[in-house]
Amino acid sequence: MGLAKRIIPCLDVDNGRVVKGVQFVDIRDAGDPVEIARRYDTEGADEITFLDITASSDNRETMVHVVEEVASQVFIPLTVGGGIRKVEDIRRMLNAGADKVAINTAAVFNPEFVKEASEKFGSQCIVVAIDAKQVSEDPQKWEIFTHGGRKPTGIDAIEWAKKMVDYGAGEILLTSMDRDGTKIGFDLALTRAISEAVNVPVIASGGVGNLEHLSAGVKEGAADAVLAASIFHFGEYTIEEAKRQMAKDGIEVRL
Amino acid sequence: MNTVAVIDYGMGNLHSVAKALEKVAEGTKVLVSSDPDEVRKADRIVLPGVGAIRDCVGEIRRLGFDEVVKEVVVNKPLMGVCIGMQTLMDSSVENNGVECLGILPGTVEFFGEDLQDAKTGQRLKVPHMGWNQVYQNMEHPMWSGIADGARFYFVHSYYVQPAAPELIAASCEYGINFTAAVTQGNVFATQFHPEKSQHAGLALYANFLKWDGND
Repeated sequence: MGLAKRIIPCLDVDNGRVVKGVQFVDIRDAGDPVEIARRYDTEGADEITFLDITASSDNRETMVHVVEEVASQVFIPLTVGGGIRKVEDIRRMLNAGADKVAINTAAVFNPEFVKEASEKFGSQCIVVAIDAKQVSEDPQKWEIFTHGGRKPTGIDAIEWAKKMVDYGAGEILLTSMDRDGTKIGFDLALTRAISEAVNVPVIASGGVGNLEHLSAGVKEGAADAVLAASIFHFGEYTIEEAKRQMAKDGIEVRL
Repeated sequence: MNTVAVIDYGMGNLHSVAKALEKVAEGTKVLVSSDPDEVRKADRIVLPGVGAIRDCVGEIRRLGFDEVVKEVVVNKPLMGVCIGMQTLMDSSVENNGVECLGILPGTVEFFGEDLQDAKTGQRLKVPHMGWNQVYQNMEHPMWSGIADGARFYFVHSYYVQPAAPELIAASCEYGINFTAAVTQGNVFATQFHPEKSQHAGLALYANFLKWDGND
């Protein structure tokens, strides 16, 4: 027995409410983040990730309060992403009770920010979020996209992941923009390619529609952790059911 | 009222340690303090820490907490967590070698770049991040009510190697068998983060608030 593969429910939060978009449009309201985080904790979530998708920076304080509230009731690791652009943003989230922050767009525009952040706060709390889209089938290639998958950058996803680890990323949160919201499963080739290219944990994200997809992310995608949102929010499956399925598939989990 | 002081030397996230202690405090006052005198007066002390060891040890010394720690461990229970545990040792190989506080005999070593699973030969990633099983090497009041092999949350690339095996309170497997907790006298320290380890972690903090040390 050894290190367990992690299941991480993700809460997309807009103005203090949990929402989940399908390919980033058609947003449905799924509820109160504190209540949902507590439920996931009880069900056995290994960590919880919050992605703040609030458009206006005026409303970012709302997220700080959500994190404070959750951190005083839930004693598992909490990651916060969305709108992390400055050292001050990181400090604020860590002080509110987050254990890690996920840096996405800001890393693309200013890679040095990742270096600065990891030197200041330690690699263990710096997650780099990578949104990748397949741009070629033979050979298989993926490119980094920003702004919720709308803007291509011309940067190769595998090279980017390696660079971010060199710059101090302690973990990679990898989202397939082709799969996000589709419920047809992770992009396993992408996940494996990134996971094998770096020596830090990789969290697979984007496309989970059933529990078999989670197991495939670990077994075929070589992911260290699997992240999902909608299958948990709308009560299709509980975290516990997900873990039991993974255990049945021969994956070590924390039960 | 009993007090527990969480030493604030400016490194990392003390909020979660304090929140977890508050959750189980029941009649104990939880202080987060950067004032050496306030820490000296507390009944129990927690030394947390995240980040790089050179910065941590540097700040501990700059603020005078190296002396405070040496004093308090004579007659008060002290709990080290993660880097806080590592700073208690003689030295660490991190940051090209750092002399630590020398409260406990032993060193801090690196997992290495090519760590492998002993059985399957599979490559293991560093940092060791996530929930792993902690096996208790001794009976100890700190383990009261906690199952042998319970999972705790780890995030680290370096691990403690005590000079004497009798200091090992718990061990864990990750490519190698490494020390997950050490204890000597009034000191108990863990590599994992009890404040992020849900029920088992809260139970450990609750035990610490009842433990009177072994001096």
